[in-house]
Amino acid sequence: MAIEDQLLRDISVEELLGEVKKKSDDGYRLVQMGCTRIDEIFEINYSFEKEYKFENLRITISGDTVVPSISDSYWGSFIYENEMHDLYDIKVEGMNIDFNGYLFKTSIPHPFNDNIKVKKVPAKKKDNGGEE
Amino acid sequence: MGRRTVVPFGPQHPVLPEPIHLDLVIEDEKVIEAVPSIGYVHRGLEKLVETREYKDYVYIAERICGICSFIHSLAFCQGIETIMDVEVPERAHYLRTIWSEYSRMHSHLLWMGLFADAMGFENLFMEAWRIREQVLDAMEETTGGRVIQGSCKVGGVRKDISAGKLKEMSSDLDRISAEVTEMNHVFFDDSTVIHRTRGVGYLSKDDAYKLGACGPTARGCGVAIDIRETGYAAYPELDFKPVVENAGDCYSRCMVRAKEVVQSADLIQQAIAKIPDGDIDVKVRGNPDGEYFSRVEQPRGECIHYLKGNGTKYLVRERVRTPTLTNIPPLVKMLAGCEMADVPVIVLTIDPCIGCAER
Amino acid sequence: MAKITFTMAKRIFKSLTGGPATRRYPAVPARRYDASRGHIEINIEDCIYCGLCSRHCPAHAIEVSKPERTWQIDRARCIICNSCAEACPKDCIYMSNVYHEPVTSPILIEKIQGPEPAPKPEKKE
Repeated sequence: MAIEDQLLRDISVEELLGEVKKKSDDGYRLVQMGCTRIDEIFEINYSFEKEYKFENLRITISGDTVVPSISDSYWGSFIYENEMHDLYDIKVEGMNIDFNGYLFKTSIPHPFNDNIKVKKVPAKKKDNGGEE
Repeated sequence: MGRRTVVPFGPQHPVLPEPIHLDLVIEDEKVIEAVPSIGYVHRGLEKLVETREYKDYVYIAERICGICSFIHSLAFCQGIETIMDVEVPERAHYLRTIWSEYSRMHSHLLWMGLFADAMGFENLFMEAWRIREQVLDAMEETTGGRVIQGSCKVGGVRKDISAGKLKEMSSDLDRISAEVTEMNHVFFDDSTVIHRTRGVGYLSKDDAYKLGACGPTARGCGVAIDIRETGYAAYPELDFKPVVENAGDCYSRCMVRAKEVVQSADLIQQAIAKIPDGDIDVKVRGNPDGEYFSRVEQPRGECIHYLKGNGTKYLVRERVRTPTLTNIPPLVKMLAGCEMADVPVIVLTIDPCIGCAER
Repeated sequence: MAKITFTMAKRIFKSLTGGPATRRYPAVPARRYDASRGHIEINIEDCIYCGLCSRHCPAHAIEVSKPERTWQIDRARCIICNSCAEACPKDCIYMSNVYHEPVTSPILIEKIQGPEPAPKPEKKE
């Protein structure tokens, strides 16, 4: 029982720039770019919208693939590409404003990429004197 | 050709509600460009979804932001219900709509107070927050919390509102609406406000659409996008039109928000008149398996929760894209070419909620 | 001009005769409703030490120990979400609508010791 129909298409990395340029010429606006990590592969979703019609493109890459930037078609995409690079260590080439890892300042670089399991931290105990 | 200096704005600034850092490149009091930098309140909430059951995660999704908290939990619950094909009763839809519109009213009144404070008009700031207290009292009496409600769950809502209380809320709203309309006259007609906001922070309609602006930032430039028109919760049965202004500067964005407060009060009155009787929740069994983009309209714009489940109790991925994150490129465009004394007013006009933007 | 003076006079009169817009807390107690969220309490006599409250807590604030019959809550971690009260099979955890009193020590863990179990009845031959 979905509220609206949402299309999703899988494409390859080489077709990415061509498809995005077609969407930009058609008058779609860029909604978001999101990254999901499943074991060793990364799925990157590009979402577009025009007059409440919602469409997605998806590319599936491994950790070493270099993704081309879509800033030629959409000037505002730098914020999502820098966030992807800072959190997941995905290399994007050709960003119009490149922060080189300094947009998101975290104490561990690329925190969502490593196998950092969030541990069940026990409550502070008086005899132990600290948490792990 | 003047000399260029770099002035840091933030993360601590009296006018900012939450920390954001901007490096302003200044030449003789004019800003040439601005370089943003965020990450001061990053809590890594998206990673926690892998270790908390999906029913317990609703509490964490609520606490992503303190001002727009109910709508975050609504987006999450709606996404899970769509993946698992759960039909929520009608009364729960209406109750969720009533609380969402209360959230919108209190968020816009908070913004109007902060905007007046940024211009130095402290008396107007206190007047806006005094009216906001009445809205927060209504929320506390019906849900238990002033800003974090805790009443949305997967399958419906937790608490019900009795018929007597609904009638009391309706008469309170008449009074609040009258007070807000009287206060709006100051925002629209006062010469100090007009002098400081007219013509400041101009963004053209094409730029707003291409850069991905959403919410009042886009509606103040003439782009009519309001996700409530796609028809989630009880909105298909309520009658409203998005509030749009065409001038594209700070004054028109302020007008959009001021008019939306009155529109929200009217929507709540419509919902109270039409609310049906019935259950408020259904029992949910099983685990989510699939993916969905859940889109809702927050006070600041369009919010998307992307959920992906694989059949276990723990979700694989939850990606939250909040409106402030997508309003930062328009902010960078607006700041180029403005005077340095206008920077606080322009930063506040996109309604920055950095806690949402960084989760 | 006369209209502006009249509006200002009405406003001044209302501000002078109406009281302050805020409550004089702590002299006047805070206004709490029945549904307000204050702090979590437990009736330790009914507890069966199953640990469901600890598993459902989103902040990992509760620790339960079955052999020692203790129930412990870290008040600084608790986000007062009511998840434990809904998960409890015996309904012994409930939410009270006033806040916990302020304390001066930095560590705020409350450990409650339950009563000894009732002796098992003798097996009849």
